[in-house]
Amino acid sequence: MLFKISLKNIRRSLKDYAVYFFTLVIGVSIFYIFNAVGSQAAMLRVEESRNDMVRLLTEILSIVSIFVAGVLALLIIYASRFLMKRRNREFALYMLLGMGKGKISAILLMETVIIGIGSLITGLVAGVGLSQLMSAVVANLFEADMTAFKFTVSGSAIIKTIVCFAVMYLFVMFFNSISVTKMKLIDLIQSGKRSETIHAKNPVLSVILFIIASVALGWAYYMVAYDFEHLNETKVIISICLGAVSTLLIFFSVSGLLLRILMSFKKLYHRGLNAFTFRQISSKVNTMIFAMTVICLMLFVTICALSASFSFRNAMNGNLRKYCPADAQIELTVYDSDRTYNVYVDIEESFQEAGCDLTDVFGEYAHFAAYNDKDVTLGDFFGPYLEDLQKQFRFFRFSAPATFVKISDYNALMDLYHRDRLTLKDDEYLVICNYDSMKKMLDLPLSTGLGITVFGNSLKPACNECVDGFIDLSNTAVCSGIFIIPDKAVDETQKVQDYFIGNYKQGSKEEVRAAENRLHEFIENSWLQWVGDTYGRDDVKYGGYWYDFATKSELYENAIGLTAILTFIGLYIGIVFLIASGAILALKTLSESVDSLPRYEMLRKIGAEESSVTGSLFIQTGIFFLLPLLLALFHSIFGMKFAKQVLEIVGTENVSTSITVTSAILLLIYGGYFLITFFSSKNIIKNRM
Amino acid sequence: MELLRVQQVEKYYGNKSSLTKALNDISFSVEKGEFVAIMGASGSGKTTLLNCISTIDRVTAGHIYLENQDITELKGKKLNSFRREKLGFIFQDFNLLDTLTSYENIALSLTIQKWPVSDIEKAVRIVAQQLGIEEILDKYPYQLSGGQKQRVASARAIVANPKLILADEPTGALDSKSSGMLLERFNFLNKEYNATIMMVTHDSFAASYASRVIFIKDGKIFNEISRGNAKRKEFFDRIMDVVTLLGGEVNDAL
Repeated sequence: MLFKISLKNIRRSLKDYAVYFFTLVIGVSIFYIFNAVGSQAAMLRVEESRNDMVRLLTEILSIVSIFVAGVLALLIIYASRFLMKRRNREFALYMLLGMGKGKISAILLMETVIIGIGSLITGLVAGVGLSQLMSAVVANLFEADMTAFKFTVSGSAIIKTIVCFAVMYLFVMFFNSISVTKMKLIDLIQSGKRSETIHAKNPVLSVILFIIASVALGWAYYMVAYDFEHLNETKVIISICLGAVSTLLIFFSVSGLLLRILMSFKKLYHRGLNAFTFRQISSKVNTMIFAMTVICLMLFVTICALSASFSFRNAMNGNLRKYCPADAQIELTVYDSDRTYNVYVDIEESFQEAGCDLTDVFGEYAHFAAYNDKDVTLGDFFGPYLEDLQKQFRFFRFSAPATFVKISDYNALMDLYHRDRLTLKDDEYLVICNYDSMKKMLDLPLSTGLGITVFGNSLKPACNECVDGFIDLSNTAVCSGIFIIPDKAVDETQKVQDYFIGNYKQGSKEEVRAAENRLHEFIENSWLQWVGDTYGRDDVKYGGYWYDFATKSELYENAIGLTAILTFIGLYIGIVFLIASGAILALKTLSESVDSLPRYEMLRKIGAEESSVTGSLFIQTGIFFLLPLLLALFHSIFGMKFAKQVLEIVGTENVSTSITVTSAILLLIYGGYFLITFFSSKNIIKNRM
Repeated sequence: MELLRVQQVEKYYGNKSSLTKALNDISFSVEKGEFVAIMGASGSGKTTLLNCISTIDRVTAGHIYLENQDITELKGKKLNSFRREKLGFIFQDFNLLDTLTSYENIALSLTIQKWPVSDIEKAVRIVAQQLGIEEILDKYPYQLSGGQKQRVASARAIVANPKLILADEPTGALDSKSSGMLLERFNFLNKEYNATIMMVTHDSFAASYASRVIFIKDGKIFNEISRGNAKRKEFFDRIMDVVTLLGGEVNDAL
């Protein structure tokens, strides 16, 4: 009997439950999809070296899943309590008929079980289906081979999903029975009749609060987005708190404020149903200030996470093309006995001695040294600006020696890189740099034409700013300033560091890889041993020298792994936050529509056109969905500015692409919820006369 | 001059197996400037009749003419424009929008008709004065008493100068003092502004304010009496006589 009641209840209140059920299904399937990414990737032919990254990704996603489960649990509890409140009259009837609270709890329990099982099954089926699509994304991100693709179902992900959601539903049941025991018959009976009191907010208070919130927000924006140099952890936390509180205050005051403003435009306010529409929106916003704030912040995080992860990915791909134009780089620095200075060791010769001819491996290459002048530090270069800069950048080592490279060596390297050569007169120097905040510092003395004295030669800048360029292979823009000077100005005895950068000899993919692996082995086993023996560094392990063997393939693997992980986390959190926001708004709007049904009927009775009633509903739903999104977008502009500075070394090119992708996802999920809400509301208030 | 003519109207509910004749061949007419009350017990069909006249419900058979226009033939947009231009509604439960102030509630029926803002202001002030609600124009419905709410609802019904004011149990939710005040206002509107009012009620006291009372029983017209020059008290006694004739059903409503 109770089971029958439960089932019939669900069927009857399908209108209310549809969005709830829909959200649960999406939640379950998203949860499954992201937990199944690991096994999806295992099915694809991912390169051996990337398997570590896949493992790391799986681990990180399962950690994020805990957080996501928490968010979904809160959403489900909120939604179910909300739906329960709407059924007070029904419970009152049960109690009037003499049904005990235990039985009512049992009905609710059964409903939760039915909905839970239903949503789990539907969600898992949808998830298994959609995760095959996800395979394509995984394959794309890891550049894996799709030909080995098979339809896969991840048992562990299914179990994990079921366990997680079962726990969530248990929580829901627990909370439901608590609220059932707290119910009082008189409150239940009167719940529908209590006339709604509209607490018209004091307009002066609204204006004051709005101004306070705007100022606080402006200050928080300034701190994170513009005053980046003085930013520290405390300030970031303060800004986040300020941002959250101001968001709350803005939602608290905005509806009253906007209404006041609109009311002063009498022609607009008293046109058609506008007065009704504006008042409806205002009262709606007033009843869910807190929910609006949470939604706005979630949307903010979503927008930032999505666009940051996509711009990171785009930038990474672009960066690799740009900053890694050769196959491999070997770099060696050997410190002298007291580790204050370097001993120069020629890489090519030392390889020869150790038993390997580098020219056998590399088809074309550039081999050159960097120089230090014992008397010239970076600090010297800054001259009169040093004191100011030292105060600003306390952790920067201004006492580090400046690095010099001969123009002929540099141009030879540029030929290898297929980049533009530089020209330099005998009494000139240039600084190459591509790290933005470093460039700003270096540009200061360059712009005033400040000269330097290197190895006894006075040189003046050939250009009043840094030249965009780099030497080391990298996947990011990290060249923080290298001085290019004329060949004649160099003291050849002052070599400190040797570079060998080149492209492998042509061959098939496998041959090249084998060559690289051999080289790798040789460096680690033979060459380093030789260096240690020859230069009396028995403290090899303790940093008697420093070497770097950077290869394009390795940089590439790192970049791919990093982008994939970031993209997945961004997508995961973003989508979950989006459905949470959409679901809360939808539920709230739909119940509001049910409550407002008599109002719409009254409008029809006094002769309002059906089209203007629908129009009013559209505007209401639209503004309701748009308001938190607009504020979130506003937050994001500054949030992204902050993220841009944090991610500066990665570069933020192709921002437009990432914005496009982000908007597409946003539009699809959030817009989808909007449309569902609008059409269901329209159905609820449909003319029944 | 004849304003409204109801001609052999029938209204059936239900299906073949259980047919309810809510209205069974009803005909009458209302002159311009008349104040007509329709009386009957619960389930007699008086509200159905009102719903048919107000085009909220459709008749099964028969015709209803307002100013010689057959309103049973109206459809869609024409129906809406007819309703908002020709009719004014007053309901038992006031049906005010609780999110709007009194002023906005009254103005709404004008903004729907796309009146210019300056005219709206003027019209609302005039009607507020007629109904004695000038002081409460800026208040919300929840701040008003039942009588005040009903006067605001009445103001909304008459502000656009409708041809016919339809009132469905307007005093049903009011105490006797507020009822009296409201009905005095109706009388005043009827006498001073020549407003045509049709009021459905089961309250003989309310009906006694009208100039004519039509009694309905089981979907048919049972009787009809005019006030003529009689005093309200005398008319009330005459109504009571008919009510007694009608049978016990109405008595319980007194």
